[in-house]
Amino acid sequence: MTVRDSGTQPINIEQDVVLARQLTRKLATECGMRLIDLTKLVTAVSELARNTMVYGGGGNMDWQILEENGRTGVRLVFRDEGPGIPDLKLAMTDGWTSGSGLGLGLTGAKRLVEEFELDTEPGKGTRITITRWT
Amino acid sequence: MERIPILKMGDFLLVTIQVDMHDQLALTLQDDLSERISQTSARGVLIDISALDMVDSFIGRMIGTISGLSKIMDAETVLVGMQPAVAITLVELGLTLPGVSTALNVERGMKLLQDRVRDQ
Repeated sequence: MTVRDSGTQPINIEQDVVLARQLTRKLATECGMRLIDLTKLVTAVSELARNTMVYGGGGNMDWQILEENGRTGVRLVFRDEGPGIPDLKLAMTDGWTSGSGLGLGLTGAKRLVEEFELDTEPGKGTRITITRWT
Repeated sequence: MERIPILKMGDFLLVTIQVDMHDQLALTLQDDLSERISQTSARGVLIDISALDMVDSFIGRMIGTISGLSKIMDAETVLVGMQPAVAITLVELGLTLPGVSTALNVERGMKLLQDRVRDQ
């Protein structure tokens, strides 16, 4: 697997969530991703970037364009140094929310991408990696 | 402050969302709409999202809230113009917008509102 390009988008204010979505759309378009897959990826980014801002207290979205066996993918890492997720099983339950949302962000985002990896430690922060291939 | 315009067309209010909304903008629209329904005694609200290339759980919740609060204020809400890719993504996300009326485009949405208001 080779990394063709990479960068970082800070996520600290609401407008950064919009910027993260727009950047993802641009990256996915450059990869030639189909509209439906692109829409799913951008929606997942919106959910996760909002979580980084609201629950993580701000953080970053690292992005990579990957190439492997003739296919291209977009990998995004959302990382914050917030309070972490104390009960991961509960957080990954549809409809459960610690805030005022619908409780679909984390579980919904997972359904919208092909690869989803979550590392969290209470008091240290959360790191979510998602990948979608063309 | 940045705002989404709300147009009055007879008994109805028309909202066309054409920008990539940040969360506060969505909340402002929700407040503005409830105020305009009360001011104008509108009987229906048409929300056109044909220019939106993404609807996430936050925007979905806003649409549900607008629909619910307009109902309480004696106005019907119809959501129109959802792009197919957006619809597929919404369902996969787990948001089926229960209680929200939809139509394929503004013309059909307007007809639906007119029929409903006439039937009342």
